Amino acid sequence: MSSSVTASLPVSLPPPGRSLSAWWQAAPLSVVFFLFFLIPLLLILMVSFWDFNEYELLPDFTIKNYISIFNGCSNTDELCVTFKTYLSTFKFSFLVWLITLIVGFTVSYFLAFHVPSRSMQTLLFVLCTIPFWTSNVIRMIAWVPLLGRNGLVNQGLMGVGWVDQPVEWFLFSDFSVVLAFVHLYTMFMIVPIFNSMMRIDRSLLEAASDSGATAWQTLWNVIVPLCRTGIIIGSIFVITIVMGDFVTIGVMGGQMIASIGKIIQVQTSYLQFPLAAANAVILLALVLMIIWALTRLVDIRKEL
Amino acid sequence: MSDSLNDPIHSNSSLLQRRTVLKGTAGILAAGMFPAIHAQEKIVLRYLGTAVNQDRAIAEKFKADTGITIQYVAVTTDDVVKRAVTAPNSFDLIDSEYFSLKKIIPTGNLRGIDTKRIKNADKITPLFTTGMVAGKAVGDQGTAPKKVIYLEGEKSKVFSKTPTQFMSLIPTVYNADTLGIRPDLIKRPINSWAELLNPEFKGKASILNIPSIGIMDAAMVVEAMGIYKYPDKGNMTKKEIDLTIKTLIEAKKAGQFRSLWKDFNESVNLMASGEVVIQSMWSPAVTAVRSKGIDCVFQPLKEGSRAWAAGFGLPATLSGKKLDGAYEFINWFLDGWAGAYLNRQGYYSAVLDTAKSQMEAYEWAYWMEGKPASQDIKSPHGDLLAKVGMVRDGGSYEARMGSIACWNALMDENNHMVQKWNEFVAA
Repeated sequence: MSSSVTASLPVSLPPPGRSLSAWWQAAPLSVVFFLFFLIPLLLILMVSFWDFNEYELLPDFTIKNYISIFNGCSNTDELCVTFKTYLSTFKFSFLVWLITLIVGFTVSYFLAFHVPSRSMQTLLFVLCTIPFWTSNVIRMIAWVPLLGRNGLVNQGLMGVGWVDQPVEWFLFSDFSVVLAFVHLYTMFMIVPIFNSMMRIDRSLLEAASDSGATAWQTLWNVIVPLCRTGIIIGSIFVITIVMGDFVTIGVMGGQMIASIGKIIQVQTSYLQFPLAAANAVILLALVLMIIWALTRLVDIRKEL
Repeated sequence: MSDSLNDPIHSNSSLLQRRTVLKGTAGILAAGMFPAIHAQEKIVLRYLGTAVNQDRAIAEKFKADTGITIQYVAVTTDDVVKRAVTAPNSFDLIDSEYFSLKKIIPTGNLRGIDTKRIKNADKITPLFTTGMVAGKAVGDQGTAPKKVIYLEGEKSKVFSKTPTQFMSLIPTVYNADTLGIRPDLIKRPINSWAELLNPEFKGKASILNIPSIGIMDAAMVVEAMGIYKYPDKGNMTKKEIDLTIKTLIEAKKAGQFRSLWKDFNESVNLMASGEVVIQSMWSPAVTAVRSKGIDCVFQPLKEGSRAWAAGFGLPATLSGKKLDGAYEFINWFLDGWAGAYLNRQGYYSAVLDTAKSQMEAYEWAYWMEGKPASQDIKSPHGDLLAKVGMVRDGGSYEARMGSIACWNALMDENNHMVQKWNEFVAA
């Protein structure tokens, strides 16, 4: 047997992923993942089946937390809170995804194909990150004096006589929430899309134009397919952030628009951890499904 | 010892001045200061509470008086409870609301405070111990402090119905909340809670988004509108909760609320910017709006007000020097300086006599007796709050605290209430 092994040595070397050293190299990250991600996640799953009272968690196996989340959802006249909240969260996710995608793609396209020099590209790219130099909350609150009833925009509109009454829906509305999200998260679209655009071989574009493709045809048939990875990664970022957000919706929606994150936060602050955990499990399952669907569209591991 | 060390060097020469100074300092440190420092290890007390009560000036003054450092840990009302229940070793002193005690005390994370170690314990206003103001009983719906202030023992997890030696919390500040209004924008008198849902203020009203407190404000409104009379607003049945939330949801769908607020500063901004002209508000928030030069009134209403009270508690695990330091802080707090400081912000302090001794006569007359200001009234930070001749909203201490209709509360049906509240937010 040993001779046969020796004889076939050149072909039967273990594949690179299976060697001992590869396991060792992967170990630190795996341990961190296991300790700080998997275990807490399993704890959340476990707690979501526990019972609780005003001040303590009672180990148990009950599905009453899940039942109470969907309490009243069989009523067909009016949507229950949970469905309504998810619907509103999905709506925001979709709107924000669409707008950040269009804006992000346009900005990246301009940076990648219309700015000729590398140094200029870098400079403009850094310029895009400037809003990130201040805190997330400050960036949001800055909209309030701008969009408020007596804010700058309303004063301007009334000053030029376009409106007589201050426009109310500028602030504490769906509009202001989407605006703040787009402002906060477009960058998460720009970065991956710009990255994949920079990897596009320019000769492909020349080939397209030599073959008589119009600018739109090139864009749609060459650039967009080659940016797919960037678009998917950006989409995953934006959608997962918006799905779990509660601060932006709280501040910009005047605390009047529900979000799953907000419900979870209220529940934890009233020590209803099992309920919050059950909500978190449902949210996680939904987000994972969305990501799974997105990754069906492109094999990220292969394309990176 | 330091003398013998310094003298020969002093007499030597002036060329060595720098060295002399250094040696002298070393001598002083070695002979005088060091043992003192050694004997009195620096105590740092971690003070968990909401930002509203954590004033820098109070910590600075206490440090100057006693050498003990106060380290503020500022979180929201709800998070104070969460920390007390889940992380009882993360603080040395807790500043909590009385209504939260029903969640905290059964965990055994707080110790009963020995009133024998509190110098002014017997001078604490009777509002807390017997629920009386100026000899008259005030409303006790909800978690009135008298129901939860005494514990059966130092390590007890149960409230005592009769006075004992051990208190759950030593009161710090309390007040009676009502609606804040912008009289310059409303231009007519307001005298009922029902006005909060008056369609006249459509899109210009706000209510606070802290379920346990917001529900009480809502209940005051429901009662004022004549929709329902609660047997006990502080402990509603499921049906009563549903009715209250239904009223809120209808108003919200009709566009009554401009915004809800959760943070003290949010309420100040809403009012100061004129986005909102009538809303649930807290006294220091009204003061903050007024100190910007904007007219804002904490309007007394005929149905009475919703009272709240906060106090200091000690974690069960606290011991040794830190425990002594915490007792020292509580004693210092009741001793007058802090009380006067709080009274000047529009709060009330637990021991009125000691606070009075630290306030000017004209200040006391304005803040506590409801008399017109004989001089300009300024906040502790020096902002002008009231000009000569103005009277405090709500009048005297007796008039204001005497009008209490209910207290912030933790209901038996709390879980149901929170769920319904989420429904209101989502509607």
